[in-house]
Amino acid sequence: MALAKAFDEMTGPGDALAGAAVRDAYDALKSWLDTTPPEHFNTRRSQAEMLFRRIGITFAVYGSSDSTERLIPFDIIPRVLTKPEWSFLERGLKQRVTALNMFLNDIYGAEECIKAGVIPADLVYRNQHYQMEMRSFRVPHDLYVHIAGIDIVRTGENDFFVLEDNARTPSGVSYMLENREVMLRLFPELFSRHRVAPVENYPDELLATLRSLAPQSATRDPTVVLLTPGRYNSAFYEHSFLADKLGVELVEATDLFTKDDVVYMRTTEGPRRVDVIYRRLDDDFIDPLVFRPDSVLGVPGLMNAYERGNVTLSNAVGTGIADDKAVYSYMPEIVKFFTGEEPILHNVPTYRCREKEAFSYVMDNLKDLVVKEVNGSGGYGMLVGPHATRREIEEFGRRLKHAPDGFIAQPTLSLSTCPTFVASGVAPRHVDLRPFVLAGADEIRIVPGGLTRVALKEGSLVVNSSQGGGTKDTWVLDA
Amino acid sequence: MRIRVLHDTIYTYEQPARGLIQVLRLTPRDHDGQHVREWRIEPSVDGRLTAREDGFGNIVHWFTADDAAEALTVRVTGEVETFDTSGIVRGGVERLPEPFYLRDTSLTLPSAEIQAFAGKATAGGDQSRLSVLHRLLEAVHERIEFEPGPTSASTTAMESFEVGKGVCQDLAHIFIAAARHLEIPTRYVSGYFLHDDDGEDPSAGHAWAEALLPDLGWIGFDAANGVSATEAHVRVAIGLDYLGAAPIRGSRVGGGTEKLEVRLKVDEPQRGQSQTQSQGTQRQSQG
Repeated sequence: MALAKAFDEMTGPGDALAGAAVRDAYDALKSWLDTTPPEHFNTRRSQAEMLFRRIGITFAVYGSSDSTERLIPFDIIPRVLTKPEWSFLERGLKQRVTALNMFLNDIYGAEECIKAGVIPADLVYRNQHYQMEMRSFRVPHDLYVHIAGIDIVRTGENDFFVLEDNARTPSGVSYMLENREVMLRLFPELFSRHRVAPVENYPDELLATLRSLAPQSATRDPTVVLLTPGRYNSAFYEHSFLADKLGVELVEATDLFTKDDVVYMRTTEGPRRVDVIYRRLDDDFIDPLVFRPDSVLGVPGLMNAYERGNVTLSNAVGTGIADDKAVYSYMPEIVKFFTGEEPILHNVPTYRCREKEAFSYVMDNLKDLVVKEVNGSGGYGMLVGPHATRREIEEFGRRLKHAPDGFIAQPTLSLSTCPTFVASGVAPRHVDLRPFVLAGADEIRIVPGGLTRVALKEGSLVVNSSQGGGTKDTWVLDA
Repeated sequence: MRIRVLHDTIYTYEQPARGLIQVLRLTPRDHDGQHVREWRIEPSVDGRLTAREDGFGNIVHWFTADDAAEALTVRVTGEVETFDTSGIVRGGVERLPEPFYLRDTSLTLPSAEIQAFAGKATAGGDQSRLSVLHRLLEAVHERIEFEPGPTSASTTAMESFEVGKGVCQDLAHIFIAAARHLEIPTRYVSGYFLHDDDGEDPSAGHAWAEALLPDLGWIGFDAANGVSATEAHVRVAIGLDYLGAAPIRGSRVGGGTEKLEVRLKVDEPQRGQSQTQSQGTQRQSQG
């Protein structure tokens, strides 16, 4: 069960479905919900499911025994953000990603933030994602994070918090695009009643970003490819979807080779030089001569070509450190240090279990806290204290005690809710938001909105698709 | 002391192998304890050999072959003059901050057993870091039996500790795992070792560890021989573990199975004494 009455996206702090005042942005949507006969919704919902099945959008769930691929549930009630809300988020996101890039450039370069004591040295250097190979050269345009998925949660009218910075290979953007497409098909009348900012231009924006990042050595018409680990990867659908939308080749390692520090793609017309690789493959696997020698998913010699400035990797190697949740806890200081500004978007208060005092507080309050692995993602291996059984808490406590450095803890936030179709009708369910931020050499681009994820289980706060979460279309109203 | 090295690594492929890339960490650099008088790397087939520096400061040669090859020999010849510094390594190239060398790797992850062993070996007595490290060195040397065979290049510290046997690479990994568990920055060293006349050790490449002391700097600890690094050690490359300092990492397209043979001669030029030893299909440092 939810802890306290959460802020509802539609009705604000009032009681969601008990006739409370409706927030302006949801006016038309609410009357649509109220006046549309339930059968109509049911028909549309099954049509939506059919559409998704036809598109073939699936997501592999690791560790689930029943099926390796399944449909992520889609909810037809959109989540709405007003223009002022979005403008605020947009400013905050630009500031945050700018700071992330300056931070990464610094820890692999001048190390000013470490010298100034903004972040402890050992948190950086002992981090498994700190790639020392990156110290010996500058990445093209001094940009490390080109595609970021910044997870944002809301707890009140004006209270937005960054929950996570996904700076490695964030996924989910295909759902943002598909959700909109399906909504446009099913409910054209809604879009005539609302001025919803488009998201369909995301592939164009992404391609413009990737092209802007091409190394100096590239021609005016750089060749961009999308490198996938292959069809067994949980996000393979998204890889092929994006390559198709971008109009670039979807390649696996065996399609690429290096010669004289240049990366080439095998084509029927012979080798073609590659300038930018949008890689959806972790650092550890990209080059067996430098990282894991047993990786068959990588390209031997790729790092060399990269170090020579002959190819751009998107994201850069070594961005994982910005994903780290212990590093996350220093983001307010990092933003201030590098931009000279107060952070626009706030962090969730975070206890670093590596610190003695914080650790004992966390051990004493496990039942009230959310505890996460610093290197974890996808909602795996985390504890949501208020929803855990005593046994789960005890077990987790033992893990935590064994390796405190590996964990952080946060108060359990009461995430905002959004009306959602469930078995019993329409009910509030907790949501978060993952906007996708594109940092190119020329500018930062953000398609309005992002992916709204919804925890479908009543009271659940875990929105990850791997943990039974669903998605919604996200609207930013232009007026 | 002058030490001469002749080191052949010979690959034979079942079928001609294309797209050969070899990453060679086979070139020593100077520090106060060693001066490289001459050094050459010669691949037996045509291709390009370019030298660069890696993140640790090692000299790395990248060799890429032009054509398909049925066999490849990488020949290393050189001569180094060494000086006794009581194992202290100064005046070398340092590129990475010290806390970096506290990082665990999968090859050096300390099991609960290694942690307990490290604690027990160093408990009580003089708690100065130098004394702690010497006791640890002795303990690893005593505990792990030197025996080529049961382990390979990808054996972890945990695994070799469990079987209680290994070669110099394994002993170095165990020493590193234990020292890092004690929060002492430690690193892996690959190189050569000149054996005594009557030395019975099989001699291929050698490996040991270096640990950081607050006042003295980096000191070499050779767990296989149970001593600090001496004049007989030629230091070639460093890493967090074997993988970072590996003498050769390579890739190729096709070629089927490969046969690997190593021929190594480490001797003093004026005396002309030598040991020659070859090994089978593993690339492990066997010293």
